[in-house]
Amino acid sequence: MSVLDKRSAGRRQPRPGASPDTDAGDTAAADSTAGADKSAPEHGRSGRRGLPLALNAVSVALGIALWWALASAGFKLPTPPEVVSRAGTLIGDGTLADDALASLTRVLVGFALGTAVAVPVGFLMGWYGILRGLIEPWIQFFRTIPPLAIIPLAVVAMGIDETPKIFVIFLAAFLACVISTFQGVVNVDRTLINAARVLGAGDATIFARVVVPASTPFILVGMRVGLGSAWATLVAAELIAAQEGLGYRMQNAQLYYDLPTIFVGLISIGILGLLMDRVLLLAERRLTRWQERR
Amino acid sequence: MTSTPAKISVQHVTKTFSLGRQTFTALDDVSLDIAHHEFVTVVGPSGCGKSTLMNILAGLETPTAGRALVDGAPVSGPGPERGVIFQQYALFPWLTVRQNVEFGLRTTGVPKRERRARAEHFIELVGLERFADALPKTLSGGMRQRCAIARAYAVDPSILLMDEPFGALDALTRVKLQEQLLKTWSQDRRTVLFITHDVDEAVFLANRVVVMAARPGRVYDVVEVDPAFRRDEAFRLSPEFAALRNRVWHSVYHQEGRTAALSGSHSSPS
Repeated sequence: MSVLDKRSAGRRQPRPGASPDTDAGDTAAADSTAGADKSAPEHGRSGRRGLPLALNAVSVALGIALWWALASAGFKLPTPPEVVSRAGTLIGDGTLADDALASLTRVLVGFALGTAVAVPVGFLMGWYGILRGLIEPWIQFFRTIPPLAIIPLAVVAMGIDETPKIFVIFLAAFLACVISTFQGVVNVDRTLINAARVLGAGDATIFARVVVPASTPFILVGMRVGLGSAWATLVAAELIAAQEGLGYRMQNAQLYYDLPTIFVGLISIGILGLLMDRVLLLAERRLTRWQERR
Repeated sequence: MTSTPAKISVQHVTKTFSLGRQTFTALDDVSLDIAHHEFVTVVGPSGCGKSTLMNILAGLETPTAGRALVDGAPVSGPGPERGVIFQQYALFPWLTVRQNVEFGLRTTGVPKRERRARAEHFIELVGLERFADALPKTLSGGMRQRCAIARAYAVDPSILLMDEPFGALDALTRVKLQEQLLKTWSQDRRTVLFITHDVDEAVFLANRVVVMAARPGRVYDVVEVDPAFRRDEAFRLSPEFAALRNRVWHSVYHQEGRTAALSGSHSSPS
């Protein structure tokens, strides 16, 4: 395998089939009797989910308490009530909604474009050795450049409207997703391809009915990583003469030492990112239900 | 039997792989004829090229020299008359048992209704009707292999190529599946080439046991098993079985010195 593979293998955080949210309830029945009660794992799952949720809640409460304590102890932090009341004002005058909408649009458009390009390119790279050889050096190269470093170039080349912002987000999402998709295609079990061939499948059938489903888990992991990159790039992209957006609002607040507004922005980005990740996780669960999980 | 043309004919097949600068001879001038309706097992130490031989017959690999014929025609790729069963089951994990069994029927364009009916039939044959809509991950190893067997049967091949199909199963399940396989075979008499590393299995199932030797992979010995034996538990525990097993066992595990003497006498069919 190429250098690209090894590197991305180390970098990919959530491994398909082993995402941190999966529980042990899904393990395959090991003997023929256990195969009979397929519903059994389902029961175990709902029962075991309560405890982690409670722990999560405790952890969040402790975190807020710590924050409050630090703020009271004289650190340069706003207290939680200050942040909540600022959030109230920003929601009340519609600023937060406008900002969130502007940021969300940028992230979604950039992410959607990035994924839409990355998936076919990743497939082509994995399937055709020639294309891989042609495309790989460019992806290698751009991977080493943080998307943020592209901003000056993007501004000069594309002006200061939405285009450069979306382009930078696109690039971040694309790079994360393309590697993962490519990886997925390369990792398709040879035996499955052989099994399809001996059952009379031609190349097109193998691609559509074996390669695509087999690499779906990788693609979805790539999308989740890409979404993370897209959000990570957003604030910096909004450095480019933005008029609204969560990142812009925070930078603006910085000029006035307006810490509560900065906190509202940070928390909003966190919550939106988390929600979108959960949506993707749900899709992943649904589309890769067939996977054996460890 | 000698008058009918062989169903499968392997003629002086040599296969070499190059790994970096080294060349590795997986098969060295292997010849083997398998008659219609014959059940042949191939047994040998690892590295003797038995899987390579099967892949060549399946059309997944091409010989470096020599040729493989099926029904008198050279093998030039996978074909529906040759069903393959892999050791690792190779079920499509995203498809249910039924969809797996229907896979080969879809690729060959069998209309939906007939597809359903045929899949149903073979799922019942292997006793998986209660699990027709289950995903492979919920099945045990033995059930997975039964599903793979149903999938291969569904396209109605005249030849079954089986690559250590029961190798990953526990001893009890293995015996059960061996008996099922023989039962089905005694009805439909498909030609079977069955690869295994288990001497007992090789003797129990076969009309003829082909013993291969490694480095380079070649046919080392051929042991006939009298078709008059009923393949049941009594046979498994009989002195005749023990004698055959000893014979094959020695061929597999004590190969030094006899290579040259026997390598010429392998290709004569019964």
